[in-house]
Amino acid sequence: MAEILSLREAVERFINDGDTVALEGFTHLIPTAASHEIIRQGKKNLHLARMTPDLVYDLLIGAGCARKLTFSWGGNPGVGSLHRLRDAVEKQWPNALEIDEHSHADLANSYVAGASGLPFAVLRAYVGSDLPKVNPNIKFINCPFTGETLAAVPSVRPDVTVIHAQKADRKGNVLLWGILGVQKEAALAAKRCIVTVEEIVDDLNAPMNACVLPTWALTAVCHVPGGAHPSYAHGYYERDNRFYQAWDPIARNRETFTAWIDEYIRGTKDFSEFQQKIAQAKTAEAK
Amino acid sequence: MSAYTTNEMMTVAAARRLKNGAVCFVGIGLPSKAANLARLTSSPDVVLIYESGPIGAKPTVLPLSIGDGELAETADTVVPTGEIFRYWLQGGRIDVGFLGAAQVDRFGNINTTVIGDYNSPKVRLPGAGGAPEIAGSAKEVLIILKQSHRTFVDKLAFITSVGHGEGGDHRKQLGLPGKGPVALITDLCIMEPEAGTSEFIVTSLHPGVTREQVIENTGWAIRFAPDVAETLAPNETELTALRALEARTAAAHGQLGGEE
Repeated sequence: MAEILSLREAVERFINDGDTVALEGFTHLIPTAASHEIIRQGKKNLHLARMTPDLVYDLLIGAGCARKLTFSWGGNPGVGSLHRLRDAVEKQWPNALEIDEHSHADLANSYVAGASGLPFAVLRAYVGSDLPKVNPNIKFINCPFTGETLAAVPSVRPDVTVIHAQKADRKGNVLLWGILGVQKEAALAAKRCIVTVEEIVDDLNAPMNACVLPTWALTAVCHVPGGAHPSYAHGYYERDNRFYQAWDPIARNRETFTAWIDEYIRGTKDFSEFQQKIAQAKTAEAK
Repeated sequence: MSAYTTNEMMTVAAARRLKNGAVCFVGIGLPSKAANLARLTSSPDVVLIYESGPIGAKPTVLPLSIGDGELAETADTVVPTGEIFRYWLQGGRIDVGFLGAAQVDRFGNINTTVIGDYNSPKVRLPGAGGAPEIAGSAKEVLIILKQSHRTFVDKLAFITSVGHGEGGDHRKQLGLPGKGPVALITDLCIMEPEAGTSEFIVTSLHPGVTREQVIENTGWAIRFAPDVAETLAPNETELTALRALEARTAAAHGQLGGEE
């Protein structure tokens, strides 16, 4: 049964230094608040997994929380580069970052395999690509029935997966809808799963075929309204495209980035205080 | 005919390649713009599939990112990402893969990973995303990108997604199910693979573009087909639809839809 906890307590108890951690969400429902809390608590040496590292991992990498990254596309969607990711890869700042690079189809399959309790995933891919030359975790096997050459990749089985969702009920059953990405697979592939939600309700009112993660498959559920910002939560708020653009100059150099996280993340006690501070900054700018 | 930009010519030329009713796996940015223009003009029944899960998306404004809410709201259905790649792409249900690129070579191989050495790169690019499998499994592939010495290179530092490999029937030898890239559409011209060698040669120049311009903006000794056509200039319907789409997108997002 999932415990209903504050995000601070869930991160304290269930994310340890050195863990393999997957924060998932494909453009939609990205668990931003959780990444902030990991930075506040100064977690170290994390092996981060995520199909699209985007801003959540730019933050964690620049803050020095990561030692390794498993990913398949690393950019600021609709804007350009992830400067903190690039600085870590190109210049080892704030520390060297080992990269384990795949394609989307590969990682999506790897989560499916992880959720299925299988050691690897199989897919028709990668012949002719240079990715297998730089990633020893991409191997080729022959189909035992047809002889066809297929790619084999290890399943992703995080110590902890964190996702964001629209709703939970008071028992901790979670409902999500819209673009689902690999969240269900990532949640079920992990040893522990923390879900932040927009609201906690008496009754989920879930349609029969809805994507529901039952409380007994989860570890903790945390009420964090707005916790996916600047990504979006379908039915609650839209993607804040301007924030993604504004991130580019902040992340572009080490000093502005560090000043930003010192003020807005390390300098706030939780996500709600962060939101107030961002809102104040916006109002001041408008004046 | 009103004046148009080279970017508009490129988008219109790419949109025309998408047949009505085709099932198209759409990359973000230029491919998404061209695919939606096709849907709004000559190919209203084109089925657009995005890697984030929307199937049959009909956005009224261009998405800035691959998983914008607009795509989900206008889709026939939205499925998990794993399913998109397993059932729909690998299952052989995609007619056209529509891709952008950071760099291409003469055989339509794509680099979106690094420039320079992989372990100490000069430029670290975003990486593969869905492209390797789209390039491998779609029945055919269209590639759209602006042409320059830096983007059309003699030798790729890294092959992220395979086109025609080393040329000839190399792609077939690799055992890939799809036909591979059938056209490279740029702001200067259209290139198609030559029979036998599978090397991309210029088959159509956009109006006003000279052979010298194409040669100057290509990093290999580009060749021309025996009969090079002139691309038909964008017509009023195409330009009006494209500009309206861009205006709606700018009004909704405060910026143009994914030019990266």
